[in-house]
Amino acid sequence: MDNDDDQVVKKFMYMNRKAPYGTIYALESLEVVLIAAAFDQDVSLVFADDGVYQLTNSQSTDDIGMKNFSPTYSALGDYDIKKIYIEKESLDERGLTLEDLQALTYEDEDDDWAEKDSIHLVSREELAEVIDQQDVVFSF
Amino acid sequence: MKYGILVNEGPYTHQASDSAYKFTKAAIDKGHEVFRVFFYHDGVNNGTSLAVPPQDDRHIPDQWSALAKDHGVDLVLCVAAAQRRGILDEDEAKRNGKTSHNVIEGFRISGLGQLIEAGIQADRLVVFGD
Repeated sequence: MDNDDDQVVKKFMYMNRKAPYGTIYALESLEVVLIAAAFDQDVSLVFADDGVYQLTNSQSTDDIGMKNFSPTYSALGDYDIKKIYIEKESLDERGLTLEDLQALTYEDEDDDWAEKDSIHLVSREELAEVIDQQDVVFSF
Repeated sequence: MKYGILVNEGPYTHQASDSAYKFTKAAIDKGHEVFRVFFYHDGVNNGTSLAVPPQDDRHIPDQWSALAKDHGVDLVLCVAAAQRRGILDEDEAKRNGKTSHNVIEGFRISGLGQLIEAGIQADRLVVFGD
């Protein structure tokens, strides 16, 4: 990412900690992330606690009258958002593994547009270090 | 220090907006700059002009409004979050064919870019939520 003198690039982290339905936080957080992508900042997403449910496969909202917005996450790579951290303990505590979550990838322009994995599975301790490196942390 | 503030909860149900208000006021009183207060999620309900709390209770939207009037603090309601929840200024009401509007003086409606800008401009962005 270019960082010349008149353009500030900060590390922005969006922390998703709530289930996708039941409250509007997950949906409105995703709306912030997609807008933020236009600002050429260094963006990371975290899914922890019940937030890991936001990425589960095969979501169906037909019976609750809400929009299933989970397919939108697969577009994150196109928005140049390629650092997605998932907390391992949160998966373990809920009986989930990465297999239960949708794959998220991006195309690496520095490597002949090879498709690469955006997801980083991190421990709670490792996540704390990543949070520590951020300039701005939004928690939703 | 230059602060940005994000308020994610509405008045009364959660303490978050009270805490945000007290923090903002304290920061200004101590001589810090508050670049912007951005209201998102149910936080947009802090900007209603139609709240009528009991007389022996604090009036949260009025408190924010006074803060803008006295100190020129930029209070911004997210347009998408506000529209969902029926918080409209005169322009938005007109644009959406509504007959009334309900944003209290001192607040303005704008987009999420204003939140990101606050994150870029401020030395610290403080989030008040649940």
